[in-house]
Amino acid sequence: MSKVRVLVGTRKGAFVLSSDASRENWNISGPHLAGWEIYHLKGSPVNPDRLYASQTSGWFGQLIQLSNDGGKTWEPAGNKFVYEGSPSTHQWYDGSQRPWEFKRVWKLEPSLTDPETVYAGVEDAALFRSSDGGQSWQELPGLRSVKGNLWAPGAGGMCLHTIIQDPANPKRIFTAISAAGAFRTDDGGQTWRAVNHGLQSNNELPDPSAEVGHCVHCIAMHPSHPNVLFMQKHWDVMRTDDAGESWHEVSGNLPTDFGYTIAVHSHEPETIYIVPIKSDSEHYPPDGMLRVYRSRTGGYEWEALTKGLPQSNCYVNVYRSAMAVDALDPCGVYFGTTGGQVYASADSGDNWAPIVRDFPPVLSVEVQTLP
Amino acid sequence: MIRVVLPLQLQVLARVSREIDIQVEDPATLEAVLDVMEALYPMLRGTLRDQVTKQRRAFIRFFACGEDLSHESTTSPLPEDVASGKEPLRVVAAMAGG
Repeated sequence: MSKVRVLVGTRKGAFVLSSDASRENWNISGPHLAGWEIYHLKGSPVNPDRLYASQTSGWFGQLIQLSNDGGKTWEPAGNKFVYEGSPSTHQWYDGSQRPWEFKRVWKLEPSLTDPETVYAGVEDAALFRSSDGGQSWQELPGLRSVKGNLWAPGAGGMCLHTIIQDPANPKRIFTAISAAGAFRTDDGGQTWRAVNHGLQSNNELPDPSAEVGHCVHCIAMHPSHPNVLFMQKHWDVMRTDDAGESWHEVSGNLPTDFGYTIAVHSHEPETIYIVPIKSDSEHYPPDGMLRVYRSRTGGYEWEALTKGLPQSNCYVNVYRSAMAVDALDPCGVYFGTTGGQVYASADSGDNWAPIVRDFPPVLSVEVQTLP
Repeated sequence: MIRVVLPLQLQVLARVSREIDIQVEDPATLEAVLDVMEALYPMLRGTLRDQVTKQRRAFIRFFACGEDLSHESTTSPLPEDVASGKEPLRVVAAMAGG
């Protein structure tokens, strides 16, 4: 019988939540790496017991942790992230130029084919790769050469938060950066180009359709349709059908199209999920009602999913990396909140229940479907 | 023998007890202590000082003999009582926050 393992990164440690395929009774393990901020942890698709975790602290800096037993035990790996070449500069809040400075790892994306290869998206924004299980890291500097001098930090920092590998084309990788936009390589990471055509940032940029500078919050892809990407931008939910060559808005009837996270149903490539947040100044659900919105039509038409979610006095946020799906049928959907709840739906979002209610603020949620 | 006291988070990370002993050549300096400590416990690399510039992390402090040595040169000799092992060198996670 299949099992599900939910990997939760929080402000004060990592947790591993396990269940059988019924997804009714959960075993909670953690906190692992207790007391540290775990920005993200994720398992290798090739070897699911190999997990990588980004462990950070304002006092002690960045660590990378490795598990070879599905999160039961952890070993420190390499944590030396050095930008290639002389440090270039990016735009600062006041318009001045500031040198790149490593701060933390936001995202760890294990290779689709090799458990020893893993990508790291970091702040200040850059992409690193390790081919030795996280022991050493090398930057893919071509990314920063795409008008990096015009990139600027969003309120959360200038972070590379999204890394998507194209399962049909091992040379193609998508990344997204706040506030720079979406980028694509077609040669395995050597050269990159911005893929932001169609994005409109009317209130955030002097040129609303600039080539770079857009505050992309999250991008999701269904592996069977690698040219179709869905984006939650600062404002606007967007879609591309040509691997980012052009985007168009699919916000449709959403109550607000601000938000952070977005996910695609594991079996229905046109079914997508978001959690609308009121605005860029009020980071909580509209009307105090925590609602996941689902579109079964690839956008435009959205329905509110509310059963089992608090529908009054709820003022949590759901961060960009804090929603994921499992591969069971029916598809399970999971998300974590800044209030420390991790909610799960075992029926594609129709009904929800909290797995836990009182974790530290949740930074990331990933799901593994195990045999 | 230099006695180094690590903050709890780094004791857990390095899997050591509160105090560890570090052997360095005379004259004992903070830089020499950190070099040896990072060689013995490589998981501590980057947690106290930058791995490239060797600059102390902002919220790390080095206390000994009732003094804050954080702003002293890392190549200056440590106090005699620290070098002799009479007094510990304390690595402190600075107070920060409310």
